[in-house]
Amino acid sequence: MRYLHGLIAAAVMAGGLAAPLHAQDFIIVQSTTSTENSGLFGHLLPRFTEETGIEVRVVAVGTGQAIQNAVNGDGDVLFVHSKPEEEAFVTQGYGVERFDVMYNDYVIVGPANDPAGVAGSDDAVAALAAIAEVEAVFVSRGDDSGTHKAELRLWEEAGIDPTAASGGWYREAGAGMGATLNLATEMRGYALTDRGTWISFGNKGDQQVVVEGDPRLFNQYGVILVNPEVHPHVKAELGQRFIDWLLSPAGQQAIADFRIDGQQLFFPNAGGGA
Amino acid sequence: MHDFGAAFGEAFRLVLTADPALVEIVLLSLRVTLTAVASACLVGLPLGAFLAVVRFPGRMAVVVVLNALMGLPPVVVGLLVYLLLSSSGPLGVLGLLYTPTAMIIAQAVLVTPIVAALSRQAIEDLHREYDEQLRAMGMGPFAQALTLLWDGRYSLLTAALAGFGRAIAEVGAVIIVGGNINHVTRVMTTTIALETSKGNLGLAVGLGVVLILISVMVTGAVMALRGTAVRLAHV
Amino acid sequence: MSEAALATVSLPEAAAGAGRLLPVRLEDVGYAVAGKRLIDGLTLELDAVCRTVVLGPNGAGKSLTLRLLQGLIAPTSGRIRWAGTGRPRAAGLAVATVFQRPVLLRRSVAANLNHALRVYGVPSRLRPGRIDALLGLAGLSHLRRRAARVLSGGEQQRLAVVRAIAAEPELLLLDEPTSSLDPHSTAAIEELILTAARQGVKVVLVTHDVAQARRIADDVVFLHRGRVAEHAPADRFFAAPSSAAARAYLDGKLCI
Repeated sequence: MRYLHGLIAAAVMAGGLAAPLHAQDFIIVQSTTSTENSGLFGHLLPRFTEETGIEVRVVAVGTGQAIQNAVNGDGDVLFVHSKPEEEAFVTQGYGVERFDVMYNDYVIVGPANDPAGVAGSDDAVAALAAIAEVEAVFVSRGDDSGTHKAELRLWEEAGIDPTAASGGWYREAGAGMGATLNLATEMRGYALTDRGTWISFGNKGDQQVVVEGDPRLFNQYGVILVNPEVHPHVKAELGQRFIDWLLSPAGQQAIADFRIDGQQLFFPNAGGGA
Repeated sequence: MHDFGAAFGEAFRLVLTADPALVEIVLLSLRVTLTAVASACLVGLPLGAFLAVVRFPGRMAVVVVLNALMGLPPVVVGLLVYLLLSSSGPLGVLGLLYTPTAMIIAQAVLVTPIVAALSRQAIEDLHREYDEQLRAMGMGPFAQALTLLWDGRYSLLTAALAGFGRAIAEVGAVIIVGGNINHVTRVMTTTIALETSKGNLGLAVGLGVVLILISVMVTGAVMALRGTAVRLAHV
Repeated sequence: MSEAALATVSLPEAAAGAGRLLPVRLEDVGYAVAGKRLIDGLTLELDAVCRTVVLGPNGAGKSLTLRLLQGLIAPTSGRIRWAGTGRPRAAGLAVATVFQRPVLLRRSVAANLNHALRVYGVPSRLRPGRIDALLGLAGLSHLRRRAARVLSGGEQQRLAVVRAIAAEPELLLLDEPTSSLDPHSTAAIEELILTAARQGVKVVLVTHDVAQARRIADDVVFLHRGRVAEHAPADRFFAAPSSAAARAYLDGKLCI
């Protein structure tokens, strides 16, 4: 029991030390797995923190959960990519104002043997129709995320209801982008992914990009300050400084500078329309 | 990348180079889990002893519920603690969400039923043996519970270790209430989840091997101390 | 285990004289489990000083009688009167019990006594001296740091007896304390019992061992089928038992 006492004492002391380590100024950004997993934040945040002394804590979850967390006031800034939901977030009063920050694009990836014969296409809708036609495996996020919603819009445009084949050739992963890509690799199936996650993804197997360059695959990111009038504890000033920096020439240049394997992943377009 | 050998190679590299990022994550994992288990023991041991010693109506129902709660899904615990600590929740003013403290709370909630249920079982076995003697000495339930807790200390250590194993290995609760924020709330399991989602399966398994090693080391150290203590002083 | 050692254990003064009654009385007590009457119409009044042996075959209700006296179980009929009152466990009468199988704590020999002394309200500064005296009495001084539960059966029971004596009881109840011990250990336990009795402790010993009863008893309560078959001074009981059951038992003919 002497030892147990020691253990408890040590543990309690360790727990007590947890607080003062993070006493400096910080903001919480609710964002998506695509920005975190691609390494963009690892590239941007040290620069911002160096310039301003403000620490940024990123909670990377699906767009749906990120928005819900922000609605609950559990964050100062929302940085996601699903424009209709973002605009609704502002309209409902939870956000102050939405700004375009940057875009990247979606690509459709698939197995090298390409059973649907869509490789090289730049028509995403036609490609999906071809996949459905031959009933090749397609792995969907199925998690109500921004990417999932973009995928559903494409199916709608193709006039196909893939959920009718759910469990058959259409597989709803109900998971994040990475987990979905892991599934697609294992099942040798097609999947819609943002290019950033794909380039930095480590488990590609023999999967490759089969469809790209369709304007409909455009993926716009927006940033919103959580409304301090709804949630008074929101660090409005610090959050605004982060947003201002992202939209500033310095921030935009930092986004453009982020590369993996020599490829630029995100294209800054603050102030421009999408 | 589906290479088992590569995964273990990665684990060795991480350990041998004492990768600073890994060390930070490991220390946070230990700090969160040990604090959570200690807190769970502060509540769970007396609760277990109380249920073992005191007879009251509905006791069996409480015991059944407690045993069932041992299987609490971490995600559910995470969500409940999130709803409590969220800025919109009843305890939002404390500002604990996305801090190590929130993770400690979630793990303590997850582990307390385990500690309480296992210690109830251990204490009850001991109580069956001691009851007549202790009552003959004129001891009331409270004093009996203290004596039983002390005499059952080595069985209770096993209960605490079971709690530790559960807490250090779970990801569902801490990823929701901690947010997996780099350098703030990123622990072993959330890092494994993150690396898996990045498709870095080798690194993920390597981290998993490190997690298992740490778990084995902590458990082994406690068991060794226990063995020495039993041999030297008591039975 | 010298009497000098026992003197420092400060047992209560010997009672003023024989003939005074123990302030506990069983009146027509019954004890039934699941409809089976294990104790049936048992009435018992004990002298406050002399050494009482409760004798009887297995299943006669000896151990139950002891537990009723201790208050560990409550009678299902009849009543136990403490000092003429209806209250159970009268204040002022210190009772200690030694069970057939000693239940020792998972601690050292000395720590077992320390625990008992703390329970009995002895201040911590007085405990080391008491522990030394009790260990001397039991002849266990050299084993004080040993884990209590690795002691031999005889050593464990000696520790259990001095742990009971640590309560400074006026009434010491012993439930077949030597039934699983060798003759040497049995002699040591009996010596402890007699020493305590000489200091004025009222001893009630349950046994089925006739020879032990002859060595210890001032008076004998013979139980048969949950009732008192005979209660007599020891010399008269062993010389000429009045009940048929007792006669048969002493002749080795009554097993149940």
